[in-house]
Amino acid sequence: MAELKTETITLNMGPQHPSTHGVLRLELVLDGEIVLEVKPVIGYLHRCFEKHAEAMTYPQVVPYVDRMDYLASMNNELGYAVAVERLCGIKIPEKVEYIRVIMAELNRIASHLVALGTYGLDAGAFTPFLYCFIDREKILEIFEITCGARLLYNYIWVGGLSHDITPNFKEKVLEFVKVFRPRIKELNDLLSFNKIFIERTANVGVLPPEVAINAGTSGPTLRGSGVNFDLRKNDPYSIYDRFDFKVIVGNGEMGTVGDSWDRYMVRVWEMEESCKIIEQAIELMPAEGNVQEAVPKRIKPPVGEIYARTETPRGELGFYIISDGTNYPVRVKARGPAFCNLSALPLMSKGCMIADLVVILGSIDIVLGEIDR
Amino acid sequence: MFDYLTSLLGDLNIIAYFIVPVPALLFVSIFTLFAVLAERKISAYMQDRYGPNRTGKGILQTVADMAKLIQKEFISPSHADRWLFELAPFIVFASVFMGYAVIPFATVYVGTDLNLGLFYFFAITSLSVIGILIAGWASHNKYTLIGAMRSAAQIVSYEIPAVLSALTVVMFAGTLSMQSIVVAQSGGIHNWYVFGGPGDVSRILMIPFMAASCLIFFIATLAETNRTPFDIPEGESEIVAGFNLEYSGMKFAFFFFAEYSQMFAVAAVLSTLFLGGWQSPFGNLIPVLNTPLFQIFWFLLKGLLIVYVQMWLRWTLPRLRVDQLMTMCWKYLIPITLIIVLIVGFYLVIR
Repeated sequence: MAELKTETITLNMGPQHPSTHGVLRLELVLDGEIVLEVKPVIGYLHRCFEKHAEAMTYPQVVPYVDRMDYLASMNNELGYAVAVERLCGIKIPEKVEYIRVIMAELNRIASHLVALGTYGLDAGAFTPFLYCFIDREKILEIFEITCGARLLYNYIWVGGLSHDITPNFKEKVLEFVKVFRPRIKELNDLLSFNKIFIERTANVGVLPPEVAINAGTSGPTLRGSGVNFDLRKNDPYSIYDRFDFKVIVGNGEMGTVGDSWDRYMVRVWEMEESCKIIEQAIELMPAEGNVQEAVPKRIKPPVGEIYARTETPRGELGFYIISDGTNYPVRVKARGPAFCNLSALPLMSKGCMIADLVVILGSIDIVLGEIDR
Repeated sequence: MFDYLTSLLGDLNIIAYFIVPVPALLFVSIFTLFAVLAERKISAYMQDRYGPNRTGKGILQTVADMAKLIQKEFISPSHADRWLFELAPFIVFASVFMGYAVIPFATVYVGTDLNLGLFYFFAITSLSVIGILIAGWASHNKYTLIGAMRSAAQIVSYEIPAVLSALTVVMFAGTLSMQSIVVAQSGGIHNWYVFGGPGDVSRILMIPFMAASCLIFFIATLAETNRTPFDIPEGESEIVAGFNLEYSGMKFAFFFFAEYSQMFAVAAVLSTLFLGGWQSPFGNLIPVLNTPLFQIFWFLLKGLLIVYVQMWLRWTLPRLRVDQLMTMCWKYLIPITLIIVLIVGFYLVIR
C-alpha cells in the first residue's frame, strides 16, 4: 500500500476566541491535534500609547498608563510615577509610599486572581473562576472607596496620590486579608491540587531556566522556571526593601521545573506573600501626612533620561523616559512584561496539543492591552 | 406497552406506533426544559450566585429561551453542505430518542420490552456519533471538524467499557431484556446489582467488583454524553464550541435537546442495570411503594439523582486532554472491566 499522504492544516485561533485572553491571534499549523508551529499575531488593540505620551504633559500620561495593563493599573501607575520621580528627584512622603505599596500589592492579588480564575477556564473548570472573582470584587471595592474607580484608577500621581485614604481603610484591608487567606486554601483544594488539573498542566509547556532568561521573560513566568528574580528584592524601588517576604520560585513539585503548573502555583503563593507585605505595611504606615504635599505644581524634569523598572504582576515593567527640560516628555518607551513573555510562547509550545496550547497561553498570563499598547 | 396495545388494537395496530412514543417524547421535552434550568440553578448555587431569577422567578427562563430559539432564522454557512448540515441535529436527537424505546419506566410503561433491549440501546444511541460527524463535516469549519473527530474517537472508545461493565449485569441476570433485569432485582436494596444482585451470602464477594463496574459504567456514559470532564468535543476554551459551532436557532436547540435526553437516558440505563430501575429500595416491606405510580417515582428519583451527579461533576472538574482521555479508556477502564467480567464469570461458574 502506498504511503497515505497527510497534510497539515492552518488554523487561525483568534482574534475572537474564548481562550486568547483578548484580541490575540495565533496562527497554528496543525498535524491533527498536534501543534507544529505557533505564530502569535498582535496589534489588534494598538492605541499608540507611546506616541500619545509625547503630546501629553507628565501627569497627563498617567491615565494612559492605566490602560496598558488594565488588570493591574495601580502597578503601572507606580512604575510610571517611580520613573518620573527619579527623573525629577522628587522626595515622596512616607505615608504615600506605604499607601502605594498596599495598593500595588492589593492590585497584584486582584490581577493574579483573574489570571488563576481564567486559567481554570482554560483548563475547562468554570467554578474557580467565579470564586476568584468574588475575592477580586472585595479588592475592587476597597479601590472604589479610596479613589472612586474600579479598574482604571488614575490614583498614583507623580509625587503623590489623587486621594487620601478613608478613615476605615486600614480595617477594610486587614479584614480582606483575614478573609482572603483561607480562600487561597479553598482555591488549592478546588483547582490547584485537583488530579485532572495537575494532569493537564504538569509537564506541559516546560520553559527551561536558560531559555526563560534568553527569551527575556520576567515575573511569574520567569520565576516558574526556578529563576530567583524579583525586582522588589533584586532592584528595590519605593520602600520594598523594608518588608519581609519570600520570592516564590517554581520547584517542579508535580512535574518538571518550569512547567505550566509551576507558573500557576507561583501566582498562588505570591498572593500569600502579598498578604504578608500588606499586613506589614498597614502596621508600619504613619497615621499623619498629606498625600499631595510633594505633588509638583508643574512637572519640568531636567534634561536627561531614565530607565526605571518595577515588578508588576506580570513581570518587569520598565519605563524609559527622555526629557528635554519642557513639560512634555520627548519619548516614553514602555517595556511591557506580557509582550516579552509572549515571545516565549512559540518556544514552549512546539509539538504540544491544541488543548495544551491553551493551557500554556493561560499560564503566561498575558494582557493584550499591554502587549499592543 | 407496545405489545399490549397491538394485542388490544388488533388490525389497527399501526396506531400503536404513534401512541407509544408520546409519553416518552413528552417526558424528554419537559425533562430537557427543566434540566437546563436545573443545571443553571445548580451551577449558580455552587458558584455563589443567583442564576436565572427574572422570567417567572426563573422557572420560565428555559421556556422563554426555547421560544426565542424557535423564532430564530435558519442560518446555514455559505460553504456548508446544506442537506447534511440540516440533517445532522435530527440524526443526533433521533438516535438518542430511539434509545428511550426500551427504557422501562415502570411495569406498565416500557416502549417495547425487546429481548435484546440493552443491546438495542447501545447500538441505537451510538448512532448519534454519525450525526455529530456529519455536523462537524458539513459545517465546513476547521473547529467543527476537529470537534467531530474528537467526538468520534471518544464515543467509539468509551462504548467498550460501557458495554463491558453492562455485560457483568447481563451475566448475572442472564437476559438482555431491560424489564427482566429490573425484575431480577426485586426484593429490596440488597438485591440491586450494584450490591451483587440476588443470591446467597457468597455474593458479598462480588460487591466490590459490581460497585466498580457501576462506577466504570457511569464514567463511560459520562464520556459518551460529552459531559465534563470529558467534554472535549465541545471544549469551549479550545475549539470554541466543537461540532455545533455553526449551528443556531432550533438546530442548535436540537443538539442541546439530544445532550440532555442522553444524560437522562444513560442515567436511566445505569439505574436499570445497577440500581434496581423502578424497584422500591424497601422491597416488599411496604407493598404500596411498589404500585406503578411509585415505580415511576423511584425510577425518576434514581435517574434524576444520577443526572444531578453529572451536573455536579461538570461544575467541579476541569477537562481532560484528548490523549489522556484515550489513555484512561484503553489503558485503565477496558482492562479493569475485562478483569471484572472474568471474575464475575468465574464466580457464576463456581457458585
